[in-house]
Amino acid sequence: MNNQRRNVLKSGSGAALLGILAAAGIIRPGMALADWNKAAFEAKSMADTLKALGAGSPAESKDVQVTGPDIAENGAVVPVGVSSTLPNVTMVAILIEKNPNALAASFTLPEGTLANVQTRVKMGQTSNVYALVKSGDKFFMATKEIKVTLGGCGG
Amino acid sequence: MATNPMKIRASTKDGVTEVKALISHEMETGQRKDAAGAIVPAWFITELTAKHNDRLVLSADFGTAVSKNPYLAFKFKGGAVGDKISVMWKDNKGETRTDEAKIA
Repeated sequence: MNNQRRNVLKSGSGAALLGILAAAGIIRPGMALADWNKAAFEAKSMADTLKALGAGSPAESKDVQVTGPDIAENGAVVPVGVSSTLPNVTMVAILIEKNPNALAASFTLPEGTLANVQTRVKMGQTSNVYALVKSGDKFFMATKEIKVTLGGCGG
Repeated sequence: MATNPMKIRASTKDGVTEVKALISHEMETGQRKDAAGAIVPAWFITELTAKHNDRLVLSADFGTAVSKNPYLAFKFKGGAVGDKISVMWKDNKGETRTDEAKIA
């Protein structure tokens, strides 16, 4: 059994290898190049997005932090960071309530990767920014309002 | 279409490696209109993965709300000076690009 696995590891490469590993259940699908979650990214409202992510209604948590400016002068480039002190964080997502599609980005964190990501997002208008964090089987979130003086969608 | 290289910086301190990546990509939302009033088609990164040597350390899904020329920073435990960090992205046109850097 083990030998067979060695051979598979040796012979496979790239996407084929990932496929084999996923099929064999060695790595969970979703850890490596998960299918882009179309439903979640195309959902318009917060509620629909949370549903598409399987998050239901996450609890507010003080252990999740959203960092960003209070006022963003340029909505096209708003630095946003999410960090959390919760244990076993496997997923982090950034949602912007008033954008045409609420979900901006989601990150899958394998073991060993800290719940601390920063990126830059576009915001159409002043809105609450939500950080959604999955810790164990539960979802938690935190909110920060970011005021936008110039929208990032041609406004 | 040719793509420009990513800028990747990785540094390790106290057993934690911080990776910063600046990706060159238009990230067109599909909601803007050009001068003639026609909608500019969406063109954005959908998936991104980062590896430390051959171990996956981050996989991300992006929507159109991620800024043009996306910036990404994250941290993972482990990593030593000289280790390889590679970042790969794929956009909605199926184009991919992989770039590598060494932990400094």
